[in-house]
Amino acid sequence: MIYRETGQFKSSYESDQALFPIKQDRYVILGVLIVTFGVVPGLLNEYWLNAILLPFLIYALAALGLNILTGYCGQVSLGTGGFMAVGAFSVYKLMIAFPELGFIPLVLLSGVITAAVGALFGLPSLRIKGFYLAVATLAAQFFLIWLFNKVGWFFNYNASGMINSPPMTVFGVIITGPEGDMTGKYYLVATFVALFALVAKNLARGRIGRNWMAIRDMDIAAELIGVRPLIAKLSAFAVSSFYIGMAGALYFAVWLGSAEPTEAFDINQSFLVLFMIIIGGLGSVLGSFLGAGFMVLMPILLKNIMVDGFGTDAALAAHIEIITVGVLIIGFLIVEPHGLARLWRIAKEKMRLWPFPH
Amino acid sequence: MNIAKLTRQAVLALLAMPLLSGVATAYELTIPSLDYRTGPYAPNGIPFANGYGDYLHMLNERDGGINGSKINLVACETAYNTKRGVECYENTKGEGESGALVYQPLSTGITYQLIPKSSVDRIPVFSMGYGRTSAANGKVFPWVFNFPATYWDQATVFIRYIGEKEGGMDKLKGKKIALVYHNSAYGKEPIRTLEKAAEQYGFEFLQLPVDHPGQEQKSTWLQVRQERPDWVLMWGWGVMNQVAIKEAASIRYPMDHFIGVWWSGSENDVLPAGDAAHGYLSGAFHQPGGNFPAHDDIRKYVYDKGMGLGERDRIGEVLYNRGLVAAMWTSEAIRKAMEIHKTNKIKGVHVRDGFEALDVDEARLTELGLPGFTIPVKITCENHEGPGKVALQQWDAKAQKWSLVSGFYEPLRDITAPLIAEDSAQYAKENGVVPRICG
Amino acid sequence: MMFFIEVTLSGLMAGVMYSLVALGFVLIFKASGIFNFAQGVMALFAALTLVGLMEKFNFPVWLAIIGTIVVMIALAWLIERVMLRHLVNQEPIILFMATIGLAYVLEGAGDILWGSDVKLLDIGIPQGAWGWLWDQGIYVEKLELFAAGTAAILVIFLAVFFQKTRVGRALRAVADDHQAALSVGISLNTIWVVVWSVSGIVALVAGIMWGSKSGVQFSLSLIALKALPVLILGGFTSVPGAIVGGMIIGVGEKLAEVYFGPMVGGAIENWFAYMLALAFLLFRPQGLFGDKIIERV
Repeated sequence: MIYRETGQFKSSYESDQALFPIKQDRYVILGVLIVTFGVVPGLLNEYWLNAILLPFLIYALAALGLNILTGYCGQVSLGTGGFMAVGAFSVYKLMIAFPELGFIPLVLLSGVITAAVGALFGLPSLRIKGFYLAVATLAAQFFLIWLFNKVGWFFNYNASGMINSPPMTVFGVIITGPEGDMTGKYYLVATFVALFALVAKNLARGRIGRNWMAIRDMDIAAELIGVRPLIAKLSAFAVSSFYIGMAGALYFAVWLGSAEPTEAFDINQSFLVLFMIIIGGLGSVLGSFLGAGFMVLMPILLKNIMVDGFGTDAALAAHIEIITVGVLIIGFLIVEPHGLARLWRIAKEKMRLWPFPH
Repeated sequence: MNIAKLTRQAVLALLAMPLLSGVATAYELTIPSLDYRTGPYAPNGIPFANGYGDYLHMLNERDGGINGSKINLVACETAYNTKRGVECYENTKGEGESGALVYQPLSTGITYQLIPKSSVDRIPVFSMGYGRTSAANGKVFPWVFNFPATYWDQATVFIRYIGEKEGGMDKLKGKKIALVYHNSAYGKEPIRTLEKAAEQYGFEFLQLPVDHPGQEQKSTWLQVRQERPDWVLMWGWGVMNQVAIKEAASIRYPMDHFIGVWWSGSENDVLPAGDAAHGYLSGAFHQPGGNFPAHDDIRKYVYDKGMGLGERDRIGEVLYNRGLVAAMWTSEAIRKAMEIHKTNKIKGVHVRDGFEALDVDEARLTELGLPGFTIPVKITCENHEGPGKVALQQWDAKAQKWSLVSGFYEPLRDITAPLIAEDSAQYAKENGVVPRICG
Repeated sequence: MMFFIEVTLSGLMAGVMYSLVALGFVLIFKASGIFNFAQGVMALFAALTLVGLMEKFNFPVWLAIIGTIVVMIALAWLIERVMLRHLVNQEPIILFMATIGLAYVLEGAGDILWGSDVKLLDIGIPQGAWGWLWDQGIYVEKLELFAAGTAAILVIFLAVFFQKTRVGRALRAVADDHQAALSVGISLNTIWVVVWSVSGIVALVAGIMWGSKSGVQFSLSLIALKALPVLILGGFTSVPGAIVGGMIIGVGEKLAEVYFGPMVGGAIENWFAYMLALAFLLFRPQGLFGDKIIERV
């Protein structure tokens, strides 16, 4: 009834090719944006913003990045943690060296640096495929972390190798460092994520995105019809790393405030982001958000229910939580292997017909 | 639909969370405990958390808390993971009427996270002997306490011990000392100190990093075998300790020339190596063993009532006692804060004052049922590392127990003090901290 | 020179230790195309069960081993029933993800069942330096020698199993072509239970070897990461590849760490193993012994 496209006639190519061709979708997106920017900051306390929403948004950005590579271009990567570290260390060095440039350009710049590194480590993908490639990207993961841990220049020769983000402001609001304003942080990150989610959606349906998908579906066939694998694969690595680099920069500078390469960007990080896109849905922008939400929220939700709700012992709760997350992952994959985004699509189909399904 | 129902309940529970925690009748002292009972470092996290919790529960049962106010111990599982630590911090800092009074982060990564947050939220962080060494400078780090001694103190104490065994500090010249370390912020802590010491005393310093988790250390120990250092120091954690001790035994390295940091000297670390670990040394700032009157009280008031967090026969393990001593100093600081502010209704900001006036001498230790358990500690506004004294303990594989084999050494302050001043000044500069003026 | 030999020998044997873990991956990948991420956790779970049976129920070693094998078989059956059966014909990455879920479940269950302390595992495997060679000036660890011997026996056993037994032949048929195997009446489900059981037993062997070295604790599950470069070097589908790949990786990383590591600050083993494997892959994208990848449009 409410979700129906009958009567929405497209009278121009622009409107037919719009990002969200259906009117209701536009309203929903608008609604989400209003809630995100207007309602949430006023409603939620610091715990929600700092412990749940910030990581959710930052991981969603990273998941978007990996989804471009894995979901759209079909190249499985386990180097996400390493690329996030590139973003984080770039932004750190840039903040120390060029604080006058302002925080937002520095984040974008560290994304660009990560893109270059990502393209470099994407080179083997021209020759290696599938799980072989996935494991080969671990070389990037381990090498980058080792580099940031070992070479003093990256962490300004600090005794312990930790990096701390110096205070920086955006439009007069302190964003990084301990004095950072929580709401300001949230707005900044949410803006980044919203903006680049739109960019991703646009990229994916454009020429370059279709090239990626052609490569994903069958690279030899794609090559035969004129898609150049070199350009397509490396551009996917570069764009994906750009996103992941920005996520890494925000993760370090805005959310954590200090980081140690071996712990904050270790291999678990790579796996976590990969889980997000598989659970959320490969090749779907919405899926990146759903997956990030699932993997960030679910453990905290489970923990809070068990510890605060039922008074379970913290350790036992942690064990049950691990098991439950595992069971949920398996369960979701059995019910819907194409991810949460697919569930949403099915729901949408049903809504179209509702209340007269036959 | 069952799932829908469950989800709804879950969401409700989550929403009700802040409401539930607000309900308290009397003024309770909230002390969060950032445990890690899961993950790769759980074997070390469990005994510490047990000791910490048991002591505080014992105070509740025996004395009705601190000065009559009950302690509300809020356990939160971090799995030694910084991100989860941050979540725990945010989740627990506003707990109860008092709010969190003090944090014992129990991980270098989480400590570094909490250092800047602590000054904003005005909750002291007690990183007992770990975390950021230069936090010893209370002028730059007013909210962080790392007494009774830092990693740098400890490194220099090891050098002093080695010097003594070699027959004088001048005999160190030309000796070779290797450091096997966990390749992380924690493991890298002592490097600068040891480099300084190597310069000063003319010994050769060899660095051998081991990556997390450290199950495979063959190449490290082959290097030790080839280089034949006179002494090996170790900054290890988790499975790395067990494997290192075992490998050292395999290449027949003399165990009494192998010294671990105090995180590499628990029962967990030496037991897998069996008899071969006999004679292995490690740093310590408290006694091992479970026969102090305070332990008896824990057995009587906590374990006999079935409230113990761990197993009865593991009371008195090295890491258990470390948790206990942390709880002891924490509760003493809270007591002091109540004295200073003449009220039981204290908050984190007051506990900081308690820490800065902390003075637990031998007489007080005896009163607390821990005679001779640890060194007397006196904290001031500028000195947050306390005495900095460290002793060495040795493993006896036959009796299966640790015992202190040396007195408490003074650290080489001529090495550590300038380093602390330099590092804290750098932190102050990078983060725009204006050092406060003490006294 | 002596030292070079020593490092090479140690590398070879460390490599065999990696191979033990890699073998389990290969078996499952070969028979079902599943990249079983839970292999490391299975090794932990098996070792935990073994120690648990010995400590809590006072089983003698042989009985505890049999008991653990029974548990691993039951686990394989359960995995097939609850998980794999419902995921037939899914894409490889989905199956991979499902095994990660499985890893979580096993990790939590192992902790709840047996606790997370470090447990001693002593089933009488000799340990320490081998005396005779030690006198010649070369250090070789007895435990690793024993592990190498076990690995050899295991490989022979697997070879016989694959080549000579009825189930083994069926396994190879399934590995070649699922549908063709189904059409000649081979039950996929049974085959999967069998292959997961076998790799569960391999995991037990790996768990015993690694657990004897460091005590049984959570970190045992992380050895999987050490097996991954071995896997891509040797090829996901080759049993001899896992052994040879392990040795190449072992020797390569030890030599690199000892001779090249000190120049750049050390701890290069981890990434060096992957780089080495990557270098091999650039020449043979399917690994040293992997099946040739034939692509058709």
